[in-house]
Amino acid sequence: MAASEEASRPFAGLSDVSIAEDIPVEGDISVPVGPSRRDDEFSTLDEPVKDTIMRDLRAVGNKFIHVLYPKRSSALLRDWDLWGPLLLCVTLALLLQGGAADHEDQGGPQFAEVFVIVWFGSIIITLNSKLLGGTISFFQSLCVLGYCIMPLTVAMVVCRIVLVISSGRVVFAVRLAVVTASFGWSTFASTAFLADSQPPNRKALVVYPVFLFYFVIAWMILTYSPQQ
Amino acid sequence: MASPNNLQFQEFEEAAELLSADPGASTLSMSGSNTPNTTASAGEDVKLDLSEDEEGQQESSELLGGQKPSGGFWTFEYYQSFFDVDTMQVLDRVKGSVMPQPGRNFIKYYLRSNPDLYGPFWICVTLVFSVVISGNLSTFLAEQKNPTFHYRPQFHRVTIAAVVIFMYAWLVPIGLWGFLTWRQGAERQIGGYSFLETVCVYGYSLFIYIPTSVLWIIPYDWLHWMLILIAMVISGSVLVLTFWPVVRDDTKVTAVATVVTIVVLHTLLAVGCKVALLLSRRNIPTNSSSYYLNSPQSHNAGLQNRLTNTEEQQGNEDRLF
Repeated sequence: MAASEEASRPFAGLSDVSIAEDIPVEGDISVPVGPSRRDDEFSTLDEPVKDTIMRDLRAVGNKFIHVLYPKRSSALLRDWDLWGPLLLCVTLALLLQGGAADHEDQGGPQFAEVFVIVWFGSIIITLNSKLLGGTISFFQSLCVLGYCIMPLTVAMVVCRIVLVISSGRVVFAVRLAVVTASFGWSTFASTAFLADSQPPNRKALVVYPVFLFYFVIAWMILTYSPQQ
Repeated sequence: MASPNNLQFQEFEEAAELLSADPGASTLSMSGSNTPNTTASAGEDVKLDLSEDEEGQQESSELLGGQKPSGGFWTFEYYQSFFDVDTMQVLDRVKGSVMPQPGRNFIKYYLRSNPDLYGPFWICVTLVFSVVISGNLSTFLAEQKNPTFHYRPQFHRVTIAAVVIFMYAWLVPIGLWGFLTWRQGAERQIGGYSFLETVCVYGYSLFIYIPTSVLWIIPYDWLHWMLILIAMVISGSVLVLTFWPVVRDDTKVTAVATVVTIVVLHTLLAVGCKVALLLSRRNIPTNSSSYYLNSPQSHNAGLQNRLTNTEEQQGNEDRLF
């Protein structure tokens, strides 16, 4: 009661105005729709399937390019998606199969092991950075860490191609160089995206687990031995 | 000079004027509650706690042994309080675990009521991977002389090493803390350490094993044992220096037994890693002609060779030690 009295005080001058009861009060309460708003942006049912797929593919491809040339852009962070990381993880896990491992018990990582390491590793690193007071969101961090596996996947492809040719010491040196370069690239790319979201006196605490994560993946790639 | 309202306002003005006159002057700000704890901690730390409920914090910290959890254990902030460390603090603690000095209790000197979980967790993870990777590399280098050796990354070792190391780093502190708390009884807050501090000191004491395991790549067994001995002495002394002041008030037998148990468990961990490395090297299928040759044929042939070679291997066992 008192609140309504106070609310009506600014409109005190209008208290004399009375609304005639014979004038019906009706109308529409709606936000005026601007002419530039396109319907098909929000209803993807009407567009061809190719458009829907190509939009996502273009977004994924755009992020791959951002990983290739890691600048401090926020494209990876703003529109995160997990398609790229999934694709990379499956490719990497498939490529790590078919080694000497398949015929013996003691061998290389199984498909499930690679998956677990990549995804649980990313989740633990994300939790770690959030617990240390980072401002990045959970899925953004997963997205960045997953996309930055791309140089290592490329290195895996190169290693498998090179191993088809031969498997001597020279080839090992080449593989070592390629894997080391891609590991450095991955770490550098992911810290370029992640380091900004941390308080400055804890950056090293966040970067170290990322370094360890890519080191373990690089180790798995380097020790992949072809079956004989 | 003026009414009580204006007095407070004038205080702020005066301080602001002084600061504007000399911006480089050192300022000291204290919380409004002016408890004696503020002056006590000012001598130790440079930064002062400006929180308003410092009295409440101090009371609860006495009860909980120095922890400052905020909220229930189901909130995110509760766990965030365990990660409240900076890079320099972590590096200091690591340095303290590598260079123990007789006067310095690790918990009192380095942790200072701010135990963290970052160090123990990531040191354990790094230790798991460094032990497995260096074990692989050491095996690989030791058998370089054989052209028929086929390198296999034994990835299942990661799982085993992870289970063993994490169980050691968590179950042993739980047991030790429980035992110490039970022995302390009512006077827990005087000498006892909180659970988190125990876990913290155990985690940081494992750090010395990381460079030790990296140096294991050099494939000489006497070097391995020497490195294990050095690492055990260093990290064992960190643990003993930390826990001796707590147990020495107890009966002589219990005190000595506790310390001996700590050292023995620590020794078992190090020796266990080395023995696992030796065992895994021996599991590689061998030919009857030499010890380290590997047969590239199928698994069954390897098994048969292994069965016929057990006596030879046991004879070779003496040579290793």
